[in-house]
Amino acid sequence: MFRRKGSQCVADFAVDEVRVLRKVAGEVVALMTDGMEHGDPVVDRLFPDIYPDRPDDSAEFRLYTEGDLQTGKIDQAGAILAALPDEGEGEVRLDGEAAEAWLRAINDARLAMGIRLDIQADTDLSTELDEAIMLDPGSSRVFQLSVYAYLGYLQESLLNALPEIE
Amino acid sequence: MGSMALPQVVPVETPEVEEEPADDRPWVTIVWDDPVNLMSYVTWVFQKLFGYSRETAEKLMMDVHVKGKAVVSTGARERMEMDANQLHGYGLWATVDRA
Repeated sequence: MFRRKGSQCVADFAVDEVRVLRKVAGEVVALMTDGMEHGDPVVDRLFPDIYPDRPDDSAEFRLYTEGDLQTGKIDQAGAILAALPDEGEGEVRLDGEAAEAWLRAINDARLAMGIRLDIQADTDLSTELDEAIMLDPGSSRVFQLSVYAYLGYLQESLLNALPEIE
Repeated sequence: MGSMALPQVVPVETPEVEEEPADDRPWVTIVWDDPVNLMSYVTWVFQKLFGYSRETAEKLMMDVHVKGKAVVSTGARERMEMDANQLHGYGLWATVDRA
């Protein structure tokens, strides 16, 4: 989890955390680059219609803006990959700009996972996790829910470690 | 007032009743509630993007959370489109509409 050290946000990551963060950042990049298509609920959530009742206006706006938005999201996820230790455990130090990129990228990853896991406003994560473990402790859902919860804590810790905005 | 040799033409003041063209109505950027974004993150985005005070940002965040949506900026259409686009960059669910 992140803490403040001088002007930087600092965290020590174990091997498993580094592996998970590489995986989720890689998945965001893959989503943006492997023939992203609207109609996929994850894509529709990350790139919402700007005019919900006017599909033509939304599509026209998207024509001019979606490329940059996509590039931005790839760069943000790239900032996670760039800051992580190459292999094994290690310390990550983020300046203000990198911390912002991490926050945005973690959020994109959580949004994508939230859709796939069908997270709703009244979803209780620990209940959800308990039920999934009862069904099959080795299931992909157990892993995904754990990662989703972990990313939430990590994002919160980074927000708390940020210097106050003037 | 002195006497006037010539009758003065008093300009008639006609109140301007020009109807405001529909296009001049302001536009708004709306942020919608979603079950994933952290409350602290949404507050941070409002501060960061709009320069709102923590108090204002937290109030807007609570409006989104409790009422399901909140108007976060008002102005010209292009400006609102830019705001919504930037909010999408942060992963917030934003749309544009007339005020």
